[in-house]
Amino acid sequence: MDIPYTTQLREDTNLYNAKVGIWLFLASEVMLFGALFSSYILLRVGAPPGTFPHGLLNIPIGTFNTAVLITSSITVVMAWASLKMGNFGKFKLFQAITLLCALGFLTIKTFEYRDKFIHYEVWKNDGTRMTGHIEGNPWFWDTQTLKTKNLPAITFSPDAHHYAEPRTHGAGAKGEHGGHGAAVQIPAADIKRLSAFVPAHSTYFGIYFTLTALHALHVLGGAIVIGYLWGPGAKMWKTDPERFTNRIEVSGLFWHFVDLVWIFLFPVLYLL
Amino acid sequence: MSDTHSHDHIAKHVRVYITVFVALLVGTVVTVGMYYVHLESVALTVAIAVFIATVKASLVAGFFMHLVSEKKSIYTVLAVTAFFFAGLMAITIWAMHDFPDNTADTQQPLPGAAAAAPAPHVP
Repeated sequence: MDIPYTTQLREDTNLYNAKVGIWLFLASEVMLFGALFSSYILLRVGAPPGTFPHGLLNIPIGTFNTAVLITSSITVVMAWASLKMGNFGKFKLFQAITLLCALGFLTIKTFEYRDKFIHYEVWKNDGTRMTGHIEGNPWFWDTQTLKTKNLPAITFSPDAHHYAEPRTHGAGAKGEHGGHGAAVQIPAADIKRLSAFVPAHSTYFGIYFTLTALHALHVLGGAIVIGYLWGPGAKMWKTDPERFTNRIEVSGLFWHFVDLVWIFLFPVLYLL
Repeated sequence: MSDTHSHDHIAKHVRVYITVFVALLVGTVVTVGMYYVHLESVALTVAIAVFIATVKASLVAGFFMHLVSEKKSIYTVLAVTAFFFAGLMAITIWAMHDFPDNTADTQQPLPGAAAAAPAPHVP
């Protein structure tokens, strides 16, 4: 049985069906990310002074990843335009660049996550707090780890600056790479709380990982679809070029939406 | 964008896509540049950053997603979406004036609980 309206326009919508479908899906996505953005606003505005981290993300890396996604957005639309002009070779080239951008974005994001998993905050019993790295860069340690491993002390390289302290705006552009003080021994008995920069650290990292991981899943999902249409799915170009071009347009609409979400995520999470 | 295009029509669009691409890169540079320019007003900093992001998002939606020349049925779907999204944000802003009094930091201690030590804040 043939699927109706894959290329032919419906009389009532004046569109092929897949286009209506993707826009309805994107409408639901707007509400999904909208709910999380509103959560971010409430968490940020409701945070007591000094408790909402700021300047802990690497801005040059985030800027580069933004440029990577923007580049992938134009290659997606150029791939579609190439098919409209009947140039299948150019389509393959542009979508190959899109896939490389998607892979690059996810790789960079993975390294950013790894940086957070080995970066710690220590709350001491005397009320002082410091951020930095534990010797050996272990992943995911917390207060309980000190007891489980029966550690008498940790060797800690504190950051030069704690996020709760005021400083000249823009001075933290390199995030956690802003330099370390000399390593110090902190007895476990002096540590009230230890946490890596994971969701359990604070509401900031809770919403940061929720938003960016959900976005990264969208990048992955979009890349899988684009990869399929670039590889095995591309044979449809020979049998039904118009339907194939529509498939590329629909996958492109999703990809642009993923780019659009990042355009808001980047300033909100990295800069403000 | 309509679903029937001439070769020349698409070629004209390609030039627009490249212009939008450059504008998006410039917008990104301006957004990051704002971070290094210290503005006294936090509200102004947030407003400028959100404004630039909105302009960039409009360029992507308008030209890359072809919304500048789409069909009425898609505009209808998006109008409904915009209504509910605006409602969601309105409720969020409304709630911002409501919840601080209910946090542990600002609540008055209950009668008879005056001797209890305040719980340490965990962010």
